[in-house]
Amino acid sequence: MADILPMMEALNPVGLDMAHRLRASMDVPVERIEAYGKGAIVGSAGELEHGALWHVPGGYAMRELLGWKGDRAAYARGEGEKKTGQPGNALAIVPSTKKVGAPGTTLDVPLTHINASYVRSHFDAVEVRVPGAPASDELVFILAMSTGARVHARVGGLKAADIAQWDGLR
Amino acid sequence: MAARIRKLIVQVDETLREMNHAVEPPTRRALAMAVIENPCAGRYVENLDELVAIGEELGGLLGRRCVEALGIAPAQAQSYGKAAIVGEAGELEHAAAILHPKMGATLRAAVEKGAALVPSAKKRGGLGTAIDVPLGHKDAAFVRSHFDAIEARVSDAPRANEIVVAIAVTDSGRPLARVGGLKASEIKGEDGLR
Repeated sequence: MADILPMMEALNPVGLDMAHRLRASMDVPVERIEAYGKGAIVGSAGELEHGALWHVPGGYAMRELLGWKGDRAAYARGEGEKKTGQPGNALAIVPSTKKVGAPGTTLDVPLTHINASYVRSHFDAVEVRVPGAPASDELVFILAMSTGARVHARVGGLKAADIAQWDGLR
Repeated sequence: MAARIRKLIVQVDETLREMNHAVEPPTRRALAMAVIENPCAGRYVENLDELVAIGEELGGLLGRRCVEALGIAPAQAQSYGKAAIVGEAGELEHAAAILHPKMGATLRAAVEKGAALVPSAKKRGGLGTAIDVPLGHKDAAFVRSHFDAIEARVSDAPRANEIVVAIAVTDSGRPLARVGGLKASEIKGEDGLR
């Protein structure tokens, strides 16, 4: 199938629903959510490219929920958001992985700080696996959030407390 | 101290057809892995500089191995990623010490430029544990056609006192990429994002 973009549109409510459920499951005030990531596992009858449909619906939903004030249409086109240089929330790109796999396949979902991708204490990953899925004609879509830094983080670099540029990176 | 390396493994993953469509040119992803001894295994070590130095060394070594395996000039590299699997006697933070402070600079020297963040993943695991190495465009993180990942696995590593360190470099994006977004041909490549 050449034109798969309608499915990206169809995934928007799925992304929003998952982001809300995830936030609720975290069971902490929203300001304690400090890192995020996303991923997709495509069943054996699908293409890796089908997993790429998750970038906009998954990323946008989570960022908006955490306080991002961007423009969804521009985001879908891949255009830049205007960085104000002012403190804001969910300014950073949502890191991701994807693969084609059998039921029960494991995916490592990367995690980075929601406001500045270079915050070193928050570089991490979480292993995700759904027993029995994806079947050959299914996809597993994943969103991940965390409350903070790695345990005993001590390799220096940019600290969350020192984010100053508010450009999504530093 | 230099890395004590037990194994080096280099693979090239090349996709020529997908869903009965030719992929032209084929997409190619190189993966270079080192199995190293973890000098901090088995006890709490506060200062991880030794691992930081190992990361600096392996960024260059594994980055160059990838570029060589692809048979390209360094500037032709398009996307990259890094990951580490720490054996049972180590800490997740040991992976962080290898991956984050100094690996990026030597990896970027091996692929030229590299304005964008090097995406990463880390975990603790036993023999044969797999890790998905995230991939992103090396000069503009928002290039949608290059968001990808490649699975790295060494069947007999990491042992408890070892770390598997992986670097992936490509000369292409996903096969048959067609979900829109920022294109590689449109980037400025200055701020690392677009």
